[in-house]
Amino acid sequence: MTHPNALHLATPQDEPERQRLENVHPAGWRNPQPADRYNLVVVGAGTAGLVAAHGAAALGAKVALIERNLLGGDCLNVGCVPSKTIIRTSRLYAEMRNAGQFGAQTPADIPIDFSTVMQRMRGVRARISRADSVHRLIAAGVDVFFGEARFTGTDSLTVDGAKLRFKKALIATGARPDTPAIPGLSEAGYLTNENVFDLTELPRRLLVIGGGPLGCELAQAFSRLGAKTVIAQDWPLFLPKEERDAAQLLSDAFARDSIDVRLNTKVVKVRVEGGEKLVDLVSADYKSTVAVDAILTGTGRVPNVDGLDLEAASVEYDNKTGIRVDDFLQTSNPRIYAAGDACLEHKFTHTADASARVAIRNALFFGRQRFSVLTIPWCTYTDPEIAHVGLYARQALEGNIPLKTFTIPMHDVDRAIADGEETGFVKIHVKERTDRILGATIVTRHAGEMINEISLAMVAGIGLSTLARVIHAYPTQAEAIKKAADAYNRTRLTPFIQSLLQRWLRW
Amino acid sequence: MDNERYQDLHAPKDVSPFEFLLEHLASGELVMSVTLDLSDEALLDRLQRAAFDYFPQTVNPLNGLVADTSRDNSPVSIAVVGFALSSYPVAVERGWMSRADAIQLSLAALRFFRDSDQSGGPEATGYKGFYYHFLDINTGIRVWRSELSMVDTALLIAGMLTVGRYFAANSREEIELRELVEMLYLRIDWRWSQGGTATIRLGWKPECGFLNYGWDGYHEAIVMYVLAMGSPTHPLTGYCYDAWTTNYQWENLYGHDFLCAGPLFVHQFSHAWIDFRGIQDRFMREKRCDYFENSRRATRVQREYARRNPKGFAGYDENCWGLSAGDGPRNEQMHGPNKGRYLLGYTGRGVPHGPDDGTLSGPAALASLPFAPEIVLQTTRNMMARYPEMLPDFRFSSGFNPTLNGADGRAWVSSGHYGLDQGIVVMMIENHRTQLIWRLMRDCPYAGSGLRSAGFRGGWLHG
Repeated sequence: MTHPNALHLATPQDEPERQRLENVHPAGWRNPQPADRYNLVVVGAGTAGLVAAHGAAALGAKVALIERNLLGGDCLNVGCVPSKTIIRTSRLYAEMRNAGQFGAQTPADIPIDFSTVMQRMRGVRARISRADSVHRLIAAGVDVFFGEARFTGTDSLTVDGAKLRFKKALIATGARPDTPAIPGLSEAGYLTNENVFDLTELPRRLLVIGGGPLGCELAQAFSRLGAKTVIAQDWPLFLPKEERDAAQLLSDAFARDSIDVRLNTKVVKVRVEGGEKLVDLVSADYKSTVAVDAILTGTGRVPNVDGLDLEAASVEYDNKTGIRVDDFLQTSNPRIYAAGDACLEHKFTHTADASARVAIRNALFFGRQRFSVLTIPWCTYTDPEIAHVGLYARQALEGNIPLKTFTIPMHDVDRAIADGEETGFVKIHVKERTDRILGATIVTRHAGEMINEISLAMVAGIGLSTLARVIHAYPTQAEAIKKAADAYNRTRLTPFIQSLLQRWLRW
Repeated sequence: MDNERYQDLHAPKDVSPFEFLLEHLASGELVMSVTLDLSDEALLDRLQRAAFDYFPQTVNPLNGLVADTSRDNSPVSIAVVGFALSSYPVAVERGWMSRADAIQLSLAALRFFRDSDQSGGPEATGYKGFYYHFLDINTGIRVWRSELSMVDTALLIAGMLTVGRYFAANSREEIELRELVEMLYLRIDWRWSQGGTATIRLGWKPECGFLNYGWDGYHEAIVMYVLAMGSPTHPLTGYCYDAWTTNYQWENLYGHDFLCAGPLFVHQFSHAWIDFRGIQDRFMREKRCDYFENSRRATRVQREYARRNPKGFAGYDENCWGLSAGDGPRNEQMHGPNKGRYLLGYTGRGVPHGPDDGTLSGPAALASLPFAPEIVLQTTRNMMARYPEMLPDFRFSSGFNPTLNGADGRAWVSSGHYGLDQGIVVMMIENHRTQLIWRLMRDCPYAGSGLRSAGFRGGWLHG
């Protein structure tokens, strides 16, 4: 990846950073002597790899874990953890600017010290890295190897000159940013999630390419931290997989944050003139050029399948979709399984975690657990957050499943009103004329927290009618879910039943 | 009805009746107060006539094209021409326009479109039977680099088909008129408009080809799909309609089950031509509903949203609502406690998720008349009484914003008038009063065929 020469991208080697590296890749590390044969060799120590290694070791398996860079993978080092930490700070700044909305005084001056923002991020990241540390792995009995893994056969691989033989292996090599092929982009330099958290200075003007979760989250965060931000999305709405109402609310929120929103817009060319990056944009027949100091790409991710010599292991793969697995996460080599971003469409930390659990169960204990039966929620951590679980309405229609959606706008929820967080909704999809929950979308400031109740209900087979009997603490924003359940129960009061009740209540 | 301002119009004792009249006639408030004493039928007649008069005032008689708005140098919107054409039969029936004049204006438009440049060039008028959204009112060539608009062409052709059904006599002119309608409808290449996808594209430009999104999900475009599927020359296939319904979402909101769409006009435009009472496509059969009943529920949802008024805007209540596509005060600033609130220009406002900047549309509320007359009439009277300024010349402005009021306490009002607003008001009042447009289009074989191809059954389709 090309680093933009005009930006300061050297992470300060402060105490938190030293602690993190001590946890996730200690200086002077020496790989252990390999065992004769491992029950499980895990390639890649991101979320899926760590979960698998710890899980298998806890069950008594002899486990080796191989990582070429940093334990913890994207999530800890260049993904969820640093981004959520920065988002938190950016939310605070947004609230300070909107203090008047809460009956508070807006500070006359709201200076932003970006280096302090990033210092806090490094501190949080270092603290969370303890859970993923090499020391914990060693204590759990896992042999940790740093280096490039290459398969040498269907039951063996090498790392750093050492040969490891295995009964079973798990490929959990993750994914990396998919860089858009835009003329001049490489020459001009750009940021991805892999280096944006190394910034030590806030870009004054930022272009974000891509309106997926990463692009949306960071565009809003950097805008709120003071960067004049443009976001270009080659689609009519952000987050194209999500509900249109959700994406529309996000567009509205971006407009309120003074983000320059360019939907239906392609980035066609980048050039550097006078120390600034000039980016040509095209929307239908409308052409424009924006001048920025930094470009951040968030246009998807591609699986890491190169350099593993997968052919030697008879593992089939595709450069775009990753390792080919069946519903049991088994590859074309029955000894080898895969988990996480390297093989899954939905590239989330919790999906990687869940898939690793399925994989080790199937690999080590001849399990037959299917990945497709899992109920997996996800959330985009913009403000408002956009969380989803289960089916979308359009998926139900495509599958000829009759669907009904119970919608509660957050402006009907007392706590949301009190919090000044009325933007958004809870939508719960049930199979028509039943209370069986098929999916839900929640858009609100804390949607990521609220979606878990719906996931629980779906996994446990709890119907919407039963959720109406669950007493929700008042006032909470999750009460919106109870309101949706109450709305469902009201639909059961058909005119016939109402007339019966009225007759009964004549006593 | 809120009569607070109405009662203020009685002359104080220290003001002579003459001075009182002079002062209030200028503002139109007295006219309004007198008008609000009219019966419902008389009131609707006055509003409908005032709305219709937009068309003779803004039409170019040489080519039948009608201005998008009454503002200076407004271009033509082809959809507004469709609304104008549909309004001429109403005007003839009500004696506001002679049959001969209506035929001449219709013929002028039809002949213009027949002879227009269909090369698809940047300065042409159309391509493949479709037309650019905005045209110069004198030359009829494309302006504003506008897109070849599929839905606006559909609204235009719906208007043509309406006059084609109405002018059914065997005079030379009426025969020519019908032949022109037939030719213009049959030459539309609906299949091309799919751009190789399952749905009709939103538009096409000579500079860049098809715009990269299509008509799917519930919008105002059912009439477009119906006319596209009814075409004997270039019909869409059934799966296109399925693709259109794929993003439908049947929601329970505020106690109403309905096919959700935020802006009110989405629930109205196709209904201006098609009588959806009692006919159902596959989706509505499954939901045991029809699109007419759906619009009735959508109207009630609008009212409920305004009653709840989550953003605390001035004026909103159960008798003051109407979030829809319309003009807004983008270049204005709110003051006082509302300072800093985000204001929008011409856009589609909707419920319950917005956008909502406190701007309401009087014509959108009134155009729900056929669906829910009992609440729409009450609302219209109330809004007229409280905000007479929103009806300059007794014709609804595109939008008004009571939260954004001036020094005189009056609501911000969009300047001039928009043709779409006037057309939908004329047609929906007529459908409420006599069902004239619905009856005409029920007899249109292409509409009937399109509805059946889309899977509609029942009701008058069996008749």
